[in-house]
Amino acid sequence: MATERVVADSGLELVTVAAPGRPRTGWWTTLRRFCRKKPLGAAGGALMLVMVGTALLADSLATYDPIATDAANTLAAPNSEHWLGSDHLGRDIYSRIVHGTRVSLIVGVLSTLFGSVLGGLIGLLSAYFGGRTDLISQRLLDILQGLPLLVLALVMSAALGPSLQNVIIAISIPIIPRAARVIRASVLSIREMQYVEAARALGLRHLRIAFRHVLPNTIGPFIVLTTAQLGSAILVEATLSFLGLGVPEPYPSWGRMLSVSAAEYAQKAPWLVLFPGIAISLAVFGSNLLGDALRDTLDPRLRGS
Amino acid sequence: MRTYITHRLAVAVLTLVGMSVVIFLLLRLAPGNIVDILFSTGGYVSESDKAAIMKELGIDRPLWVQYVDWLRDILTGNLGKSYRYDLPAWQVIKPLIPVTVELAILSTIIAVLLGVPTGVISAVRQDTTLDYLLRIVSLAGLSMPSFWLGMVIILALVAWLGWIPPVILVSPTENFKIHAVQFLLPALAVGYRSSALIMRITRSSVLEVLREDYIRTAWAKGQKGRVVVWRHALRNAILPVVTVIGIEFAFLIGGLVVTETVFNLPGVARFLVQAILWRDYPIVQNLVMFIAIVVILSNLFVDMLYSWLDPRVRYGD
Repeated sequence: MATERVVADSGLELVTVAAPGRPRTGWWTTLRRFCRKKPLGAAGGALMLVMVGTALLADSLATYDPIATDAANTLAAPNSEHWLGSDHLGRDIYSRIVHGTRVSLIVGVLSTLFGSVLGGLIGLLSAYFGGRTDLISQRLLDILQGLPLLVLALVMSAALGPSLQNVIIAISIPIIPRAARVIRASVLSIREMQYVEAARALGLRHLRIAFRHVLPNTIGPFIVLTTAQLGSAILVEATLSFLGLGVPEPYPSWGRMLSVSAAEYAQKAPWLVLFPGIAISLAVFGSNLLGDALRDTLDPRLRGS
Repeated sequence: MRTYITHRLAVAVLTLVGMSVVIFLLLRLAPGNIVDILFSTGGYVSESDKAAIMKELGIDRPLWVQYVDWLRDILTGNLGKSYRYDLPAWQVIKPLIPVTVELAILSTIIAVLLGVPTGVISAVRQDTTLDYLLRIVSLAGLSMPSFWLGMVIILALVAWLGWIPPVILVSPTENFKIHAVQFLLPALAVGYRSSALIMRITRSSVLEVLREDYIRTAWAKGQKGRVVVWRHALRNAILPVVTVIGIEFAFLIGGLVVTETVFNLPGVARFLVQAILWRDYPIVQNLVMFIAIVVILSNLFVDMLYSWLDPRVRYGD
């Protein structure tokens, strides 16, 4: 990355120098090239776009109120009224899945961002300053990383109590050490670059160098990291909700839709199990596909592998 | 080597102590304790009764006293008493361990059997239709919640075979066939997911090795393709794969939490969820510590395995 685009800061103005032989391309050309070279990644991106669109337009896409019960229409099989059937309280599955997209996306995106930004900052400072700071923060991160993501999230969400905010916090904490590791590794190599040395020689303060000169160059690994974590954040949310420790009522959540139905009605009404699970899988699949393609594109070390 | 192990063990012990503090404090953050929960189901009970029970359970004492007590208990092998069951914690946990261990081992075997060969095939046939297909199948494994996959497997069995999984655990001596099915199905659901990770790392690792000079030499010698790929390439590509297998084995417990719940298997993971919901501190903190120890030990074991697999790897220098 750094060999392709070197950002030099004289302290007065920001100069971007493109590497010779590679004309700057517009984002449209870049996007088209990405779609052609990474059809799977593009498909993943499209899935994510559909998900964002569904979340934004949930109110107009839903055909029923997602929390309205209907005693006359319980456990209805998929039909022209209830496209994906209805649950044991007569709630429309399709509308609940559409609204559940919102919850999944909000929890997924926010917890990924919180965890990655916080972890990224720790990684940046830890690697930039090195020495004892690095050693101590690494040992502390070891403690957080010693537990499976889900187990830590489970204990956290139980400790914090069920609410939308708390679920987001519970999922973002386990992401911190993972993000810190990735950003730390990339900062360690950036730190040795000549332009950082130049900035230091110019007498810039450490924090300014860290944030203005080093941080922007970690954006590649950061994007790769967040897309990769988004999928697992969505999965963990679904799992926590399934276990009754996630997003509380009345928000319709994909995971919770599975938990209520699973226990009693699955055999009578398999659509209760099938559709929310497909929604979860598609969302995670999309972000995984996109994350893979972005990793191949943005992380030159892994290119072609 | 010996200094290396000593160093690693020292770090591991420090990490575990840190973890114990985190776990202990996290659990005390929780709103409401076991007494509140018991009473909310039992209706009104006087404050003095409540205080008496809290005193009996020892949760009225200062936090640091409780923490030190717990550490001393762990070191002396006394894991405290389960609030909920009114039994020693160890007595409650002990019968659950074999179930989870059997499940974890089976899942890992399935994951390796599925993941390594598909990874190698995918690498050898890079960018062909088969490669894309295998990658999509494995990525799908990473995307499906394993508990949902478990539910779908059960549904399919009921729909096609009319077979409903037994509610209680059947021991292998009682009926081996039912026991095998009881464990194989959840192991399949969990193993599929782990296999996806193993497949991906195998693929990229083999791809890297296939570009090496000595592989070209092997081809040039007229060596059979099978020998080049499975003996020359895979053997040198196995190190990162072993790492992932090791990490996955330790982290399997996360996937088992829900799978054991779905398949109704009385294992450690399912019990952890129940204990968390009951705020049964002694059980939860001991189970989580147990998981942490397993994770740390398996990481250590994987590192040791390196030098055995690849004699070029040396420690301690």
